[in-house]
Amino acid sequence: MGGVGVATSDRPINLFRNMTAKVAAIPMILTVLFVFVGGTVWTVTYSFTSSKLLPKLKFVGLDQYERLWSTNRWIISIENLFIYGICSLIFSFVIGFVLAALMDQKIRFENTFRTIILYPFALSFIVTGLVWQWILNPEFGVQNIVRSLGWTGFVFDPLYNADIVIYGILIAGLWQGTGLIMVLMLAGLRGIDEDVWKAARVDGIPAWKTYLFIVIPMMRPVFVTTLVIIASGIVRVYDLVVAQTSGGPGIASEVPAKYVYDYMFQSQNLGQGFAASTMMLLAVAIVVIPWAYLEFGGRKRG
Amino acid sequence: MADVLTASRDAQAARFEGPHGPRPRNAFSRRNIFIYGTLILVALYYLLPLYVMVVTSLKGMPEIRMGNIFSPPIEVTFEPWVKAWAEACTGLNCDGLSRGFWNSVRITVPSVAVSIAIASVNGYALANWKFKGADIFFTILIVGAFIPYQVMIYPIVILLREIGLYGSLTGLVIVHSIFGMPILTLLFRNYFASVPEELFKAARVDGAGFWGIYFQIMLPMSLPIFVVAMILQVTGIWNDFLFGVIYTKPDLYPMTVQLNNIVNSVQGVKEYNVNMAATLLTGLVPLVIYFVSGKLFVRGIAAGAVKG
Repeated sequence: MGGVGVATSDRPINLFRNMTAKVAAIPMILTVLFVFVGGTVWTVTYSFTSSKLLPKLKFVGLDQYERLWSTNRWIISIENLFIYGICSLIFSFVIGFVLAALMDQKIRFENTFRTIILYPFALSFIVTGLVWQWILNPEFGVQNIVRSLGWTGFVFDPLYNADIVIYGILIAGLWQGTGLIMVLMLAGLRGIDEDVWKAARVDGIPAWKTYLFIVIPMMRPVFVTTLVIIASGIVRVYDLVVAQTSGGPGIASEVPAKYVYDYMFQSQNLGQGFAASTMMLLAVAIVVIPWAYLEFGGRKRG
Repeated sequence: MADVLTASRDAQAARFEGPHGPRPRNAFSRRNIFIYGTLILVALYYLLPLYVMVVTSLKGMPEIRMGNIFSPPIEVTFEPWVKAWAEACTGLNCDGLSRGFWNSVRITVPSVAVSIAIASVNGYALANWKFKGADIFFTILIVGAFIPYQVMIYPIVILLREIGLYGSLTGLVIVHSIFGMPILTLLFRNYFASVPEELFKAARVDGAGFWGIYFQIMLPMSLPIFVVAMILQVTGIWNDFLFGVIYTKPDLYPMTVQLNNIVNSVQGVKEYNVNMAATLLTGLVPLVIYFVSGKLFVRGIAAGAVKG
């Protein structure tokens, strides 16, 4: 506060300067303080308590977490999230990129193809889940059709088979989400300088090699952003499972977000819900913090 | 834009390669067959569920029990649609999805208006009227967009209960405005930041203040971005399930929640045609917005992904 003169000469009264802008930002400030920061701290704090029906500040250390990790349903939820997450990442990247590369070949009807591939993204997970529940219905859907074509022993009932139910959900999730990935990838491909392609062509490098060794490495930022978007979406997956299987058969397709909801609002076991949601937060943090650090930490921007 | 780019790119190519340009392509070259063949197959696959929904919703139950789900209806009936809209039961209410539809309208319209109003003013303040600490709040806001909702659900329940809005539509509108804020603020901030500064300064010299510049210069100039934000919010809020089920009561459930309750109810005989009609009805609003808005929709989702 010593060097007054130069630093503050052009802004004499700090608090009231720009007052309207500060008033206009009040909703944001309240949201950040009370919901994003306050809510998160609150939930994490109460995850160390023995809250049941009502939140109570009776600390029990890591009890809730120990119980969480010894609950079969939570373990299954985590396994499902892993399978769903990894498959969904791999498939949506591969499918999204291949489709984008095909769309980038100066084709006709590009708009039509894009409109068709992207429309599921406009639909809710509830609608998506219910449609695929119907298509995968073994009595009427795909299994029935293949059987009626003569292959009577054909079995395809992912939603009724505990071992593969998560792949049934994956099919629906990919149908809904790959359009978005394609659009993002296409934007990335369009951002590559045409000269790169010319140079590669002059050197006689085949197209697939150009994609693999030149274009994809150049698209790193797009890939990273897409990865963050998909990953934070995967952790949240909830509606799709509720609509398609309600977690069944049994508890075979449970996911963490559903665990949180059920324990908070149905089993009246708040502590478990808080501990589980804190674990979800941890999972997202592991993905987002390194990304945010790379993205915003390195260079300063206004 | 893209067309102009392609055109100039082609012109450049022509200039460089001259008469030794690429061989004119045969429309049925192996390459074209591969590209279009793949894309057409993929397009068919993506269209299939929509087709199945439409076809199933137009069949009677006896026909569904006999036939396969892909065959077109032999006898077209609109009864499932009527039933889904006006008669399907959830719990004690048997007035169909219409209840959920109107609830969703009553949720979506104010939520979209409020969230866009807040976020646009906020983005404008952040872009043009920077104040000390603004960037810190903005950064937390954006990072906050990645926090799983599950972490914040219960504290919000308590906050809403404290102010007496838990279980009401107003409460849900507040929740949607809160969670729409990060992406919308980002959208508006980036847009307003791209408006030439001279314009802003000229208005300042002419004596316009915060609101004057917002309403007389920024708002009229940025109608496209408001449309993008509206598309983003209408589809997002209409499709929401989690907040609807947590922050409202059964009487006020939005359409998605009611749809799920109708289709996944364990009691009664399953009427697949009614279920599919109901599903289609729920998906209709975002689908219409999607097909009408076209490129603006793409711009909206790209805005969420590509940071400025």
